[in-house]
Amino acid sequence: MDMTALLLSRIQFAFTITFHIIFPSFTIGLAAWLTVLEALRLATGRPVYRVVFDFWLKIFGVAFGLGVVSGIVMAFQFGTNWSVLSKMSGPIQGPLLMYETFTAFMLEATFFGVLIFGRSRVPPWFYLFSTAMVALGTTFSAFWIMVNNSWMQVPSGYVMENGAFVPNDWTKIIFNSVVWSRFPHMLLASYLTGAFCVAATGAWYVLRKEYHAESRIMLRMGLGLAAVLMPIQLVFGHLNGGYVNTYQPSKMAAIEGRWNDEKPAGEVLFAWPDVESRRNLFAITLPPPFGSLIDSDSLTAAETGLNSIPPENWPPVVIPFFSFRIMVGCGMVMLGLAWLGTYLSFKRRLERNRLLLWLTFLSFPLPFIAILTGWFTAEVGRQPWVVFGVLRTADAMTPFLSTREATISLLIFCAIYAFIFAFGIFYIYRLIRTGPAGKLFETPRLAVPSRPMSLGNASPIHEPSHFGAGE
Amino acid sequence: MVMFWVSLLAISILLYVLLDGADLGIGILFASTRGEEERHVMLSAVEPIWDGNETWLVVTGVILWGAFPVVYATLLSAFYLPLFLMLAGLILRGVAFEFRNKTQRMRWIWDLSFAGGSLIASFMQGITVGALVEGLQVTNGQYSGGDFGWLTPFAALCGIGLCLGYALLGACWLVKKCDAEVRDRAHRQIRVLAVSVLVFLVVVFVYALTEHLPILHRWIDRPYLFAFPAIGAIAAIVLGHSILSLNDRWPFYMVALIFVSAFGTLALSFWPYMIPFVVTVDEAAAPRSSLEFMFWGGAVVFPLMLLYTLVSYTVFRGKIKTTAVHY
Repeated sequence: MDMTALLLSRIQFAFTITFHIIFPSFTIGLAAWLTVLEALRLATGRPVYRVVFDFWLKIFGVAFGLGVVSGIVMAFQFGTNWSVLSKMSGPIQGPLLMYETFTAFMLEATFFGVLIFGRSRVPPWFYLFSTAMVALGTTFSAFWIMVNNSWMQVPSGYVMENGAFVPNDWTKIIFNSVVWSRFPHMLLASYLTGAFCVAATGAWYVLRKEYHAESRIMLRMGLGLAAVLMPIQLVFGHLNGGYVNTYQPSKMAAIEGRWNDEKPAGEVLFAWPDVESRRNLFAITLPPPFGSLIDSDSLTAAETGLNSIPPENWPPVVIPFFSFRIMVGCGMVMLGLAWLGTYLSFKRRLERNRLLLWLTFLSFPLPFIAILTGWFTAEVGRQPWVVFGVLRTADAMTPFLSTREATISLLIFCAIYAFIFAFGIFYIYRLIRTGPAGKLFETPRLAVPSRPMSLGNASPIHEPSHFGAGE
Repeated sequence: MVMFWVSLLAISILLYVLLDGADLGIGILFASTRGEEERHVMLSAVEPIWDGNETWLVVTGVILWGAFPVVYATLLSAFYLPLFLMLAGLILRGVAFEFRNKTQRMRWIWDLSFAGGSLIASFMQGITVGALVEGLQVTNGQYSGGDFGWLTPFAALCGIGLCLGYALLGACWLVKKCDAEVRDRAHRQIRVLAVSVLVFLVVVFVYALTEHLPILHRWIDRPYLFAFPAIGAIAAIVLGHSILSLNDRWPFYMVALIFVSAFGTLALSFWPYMIPFVVTVDEAAAPRSSLEFMFWGGAVVFPLMLLYTLVSYTVFRGKIKTTAVHY
């Protein structure tokens, strides 16, 4: 086997999946938000909801498109680079991803088309229905992906036959506690991503003194939703720690920077893990039993340290250790912002507090960073296994994959993704800067009127931005 | 149970080829006009439906992985580079739909990525099919053809052939959906493309004869296979008639029928092999417990997907209106 091809394949998978997950986590939240807006408009008849809807639909369209094209790569990459894995685990992962495609993708694609191009062709109730179906599709997709990934984290419900994972208990594979703590964690993370992006945009408009009515809807609904969801997210995050502690002691020890078995255990808050000499430098540590309390909800529980695990089964300790702390840090800042912002909003002082508005505006990268570092913790922490405890990543690669092939494909993806990412972010930025009522540019006269001119140019209705239409 | 999944796989491949084939074909034809208005109309003919069409490719992939994991693992790793080039093409084509409306000065970039991406994706799909027909080099159940084993003159010929075929399908879709200049141009293109595709099929046939491709023996053994080319020939005659009478509806359905008969010919001449003459359908099938779990997806959700497709084609049915409206 070619070690360079292995390294390149790992880099390629990490790169393509990191790029991909940015967009679904954004659009899962946005789809739900669009459904709420459309329902509110039908219920109240207030045109401002339509303005906000049309505005976010344009942004949704760009992000959804990037999610679709980068997602197709994932459906093929298991077979191209990881053919041993896909042959062995195909009987389990194949059906799970089949259910994802069947239940989610066609639903999303069909009703996304209606959402963007069909407003004038369908009755209002069907349009709302389409919005809800897109949101439902993204949720289904997230569910099956989490079932699939959870099986790779904690394989269950199978027997080994002729070198393949043969399923013998699908209820165990789908309905286990690991899935049902990880799926809500990911779903909430996506809702929080949507909420913070919406709130940040609203804060920006308030600071620029533009779009009075629209900006307040975005700011209040975004921060309010985040204020409710953040504490729930912390609970599910803690439940996730529970499964890691039970089933993946090597990942837990790396996250905690714990070298020796301890009973009860202390808790390392910050440190620089020195893997060579197996100790932590510059450590700030809480005394026992805080570690046992956090990891096992117990005052006396014993916790495993890396020294009692063979080094060939260690993950690269530094990555899960730091990515976990970055994720938690982002979560804490988001919690503080959401609660403070919502409190000030109740007191009707939010719009005058420029500091908090600026902080909210600048907070939009936080949920993305939290999601990426959370996934880095989960996936890098699972190494050196691809199916935890059973199949090593190094043994899962296509045996005849050459370094040349892996180099070419990685270069193609780096170039194309950098290119479309740069333009995608630039276009989203320009849409947001232009605002709910503006135009990107004057559109020339064109044929084809039976649909809105295009998603990004002109909004199909031109209502004033309701200055002073206060709430 | 295995036959059930073979059928769903066949339906998915066919739907992908017919539906996204038309999208890709329009992408290829995109280069044949410079007028912004015409390009806009061409895009509008597929804009609301291309995403769903492309999804049939993913459907094909996951059915293959779930029901025939050995085939998924073997084929995808063997066709490493053509698949990644195809994915690159599909990415460039896909983002162009969203991006070209976001800019005026840089629109040429996305026009290029739309046309170029469609061309690359189509060509690579054709190459893959061609290389599969020629036969994969497999030793001890493992691909042994090397990085560029798929790159042969015959495979390249099939790549060109599929580009022509998709372009023909795309032109027929434009005739069906559009009016005025775009339709008239497509009518002219159909004539050229139809003849080219016919020439391509003859060349492939002659090549297969002279090179003694293993597939040919199966034809001599199974004369009933000629039913499919016969259907194709009848469709070609009707197509010719509809081209000459400038009919807007019939060409698409007739070209689709030709594609179906070509697919049927190919599939039946391989049967029961999934990877020609190496892995059979039964050898490739996933364990019973996997197929049984998947059954509900196939029996309940798969028809729903067909329904969704029907919904989007119904919502966006009919000709695109071309009376100018100011924005």
